[in-house]
Amino acid sequence: MTVEATLSVDDRTEGQVAKPERKSWTDIVDAVLPLAAGLFFLGMWEFLVYYLKVSKFILPPPSAIVKTFIAEWPTIFVALKYTAAVTIGAFVAAVVSGIFFGVLLTSHRRIERTFWPYAVTMQVTPVVAIAPLVIIWVGLDRVWLSMLILAWMVAFFPMLSNTAVGMNSADHGLLNVFELYEASRWKRFRYLQLPSALPYILAGARISSGLSVIGAVVAEFVAGSGGSRGLAFMIVESGTLLNIPRMFSALLMLSIFGMSIWYITASVQRLLLHRWHESELKQEN
Amino acid sequence: MNYSPAKIVASGSAAPPMETEKTRKPLVRAQHVNKTYSNGTVALKDLNLDVYPHEFISLLGPSGCGKSTALRIFAGLGAYSGGTMDWPQSMYDVSGKPEREVGFVFQEPTLMPWATVFDNVYLPHRLKDRPKAEVADRVREVLELVGLSNFANAYPRELSGGMKMRVSVARALVTRPKLLLMDEPFAALDEITRTRLSNDLLEIWSLAKCTVMFVTHSVFESVFLSQRIVVMAARPGRIIGELQVNAPYPRTKEYRLSSEYSEHCREVSGLLDVAMRS
Repeated sequence: MTVEATLSVDDRTEGQVAKPERKSWTDIVDAVLPLAAGLFFLGMWEFLVYYLKVSKFILPPPSAIVKTFIAEWPTIFVALKYTAAVTIGAFVAAVVSGIFFGVLLTSHRRIERTFWPYAVTMQVTPVVAIAPLVIIWVGLDRVWLSMLILAWMVAFFPMLSNTAVGMNSADHGLLNVFELYEASRWKRFRYLQLPSALPYILAGARISSGLSVIGAVVAEFVAGSGGSRGLAFMIVESGTLLNIPRMFSALLMLSIFGMSIWYITASVQRLLLHRWHESELKQEN
Repeated sequence: MNYSPAKIVASGSAAPPMETEKTRKPLVRAQHVNKTYSNGTVALKDLNLDVYPHEFISLLGPSGCGKSTALRIFAGLGAYSGGTMDWPQSMYDVSGKPEREVGFVFQEPTLMPWATVFDNVYLPHRLKDRPKAEVADRVREVLELVGLSNFANAYPRELSGGMKMRVSVARALVTRPKLLLMDEPFAALDEITRTRLSNDLLEIWSLAKCTVMFVTHSVFESVFLSQRIVVMAARPGRIIGELQVNAPYPRTKEYRLSSEYSEHCREVSGLLDVAMRS
């Protein structure tokens, strides 16, 4: 579809597929525009805070936040390590378990029918509601583990449902081809269903990566001072102390962390799909 | 109707392409094959068809006449409800299943978008556990046959519709099947590409030395390509007649413009009209 236009003739002598030329200045503009918008926004913020004389207990100017961020860096870094460990642990667990159960669920219609309602129940139950229970069960001496479990519960479902949809999305014509050559179940899985499901699994992983950050933050909020030392607890603590610049510094760190996770999963997706999947192709009209 | 199937099949089978003792034995013999879907639709009723080695045979008919269903039964895709399918020239395994040596080209190219042209063509061998190194030459050979030598490393999305179909043909031929089944493979292509692929298909057929069973709803396509045209009618799906096209190969553009060609087209159309009315 995309390169169709460059290959209008079905010519057997035609040598190579024409590659669209890369327009570098468009790329530069694309990169500069969001940055400029961000800088403009920060400038307005800084200006309005001074101009309207907003108290730093309500809204500190960006410069104060950056100052605090640098001054508090050791504390922030420790908190980041804590939150990152929970987030990444939960994300990896969600990816592995989501793919495993997604494949298992779709391997037999009966298994799917039996367990799907419970997977949905798990999804629609707000995790915050069962967080205290999980913390009690796991024990206050292992808060880290209960937070991992809570973050995993938030991040798990998109992986599960996307894998399940992906496994069932294999092209029917290709299924016929595999049937024609009497492919075994394993080969059908390995060479057809898994590659067909890959774009869905990667889309699920991107959603899960964001959700595991949210899950970790919510878990820290609930666990409170009972042992959490992460960024979310730092926000709660700073709020209680009315140290708003410190609160914003922790928030800034959290956003940077969330964005890095998002970009890492996006690059993995691009790396795996760029040669064949529609979602990663540039459309030229 | 005076087109009783038995009578016409009898007159048709009097002249199979090459009449040596060995080739007169059919490659596949369908006898009284029925197919009824679970919802009660009779897709095929009493299908009798002998397919001889090295033939080019077309199944022609209006939609719903069961021609695709028949082709799928020849491929072993989907069960039939009654009758027998016999492969007199093939080995049978212990469970009584014939070793069908078939290739199938579907209406859509059905390529794996994540795999290169080479890997797509390699697929049938991969599914039979033959290492890539062992069959790489065969894959290249068959890509050469369909005219895509330069595109081994391209991905399907980089190809035009006609080229995708060529890859699909290459994949079907890579195992050297005795019988190549084609289910309206060119229906979705434009007229110019279709004409070109029809020409090339005849060349491929003569080089690959296989039997082709070609499902189509185009009178012109069937007359251009085949030696034998089996016309089918719908409700229930059945064979109502058969025609020979004795024009010699290679068939070229001149054949398309000849009076012989238009005469055959008229005959086939007449039989198709009977099929539509019945």
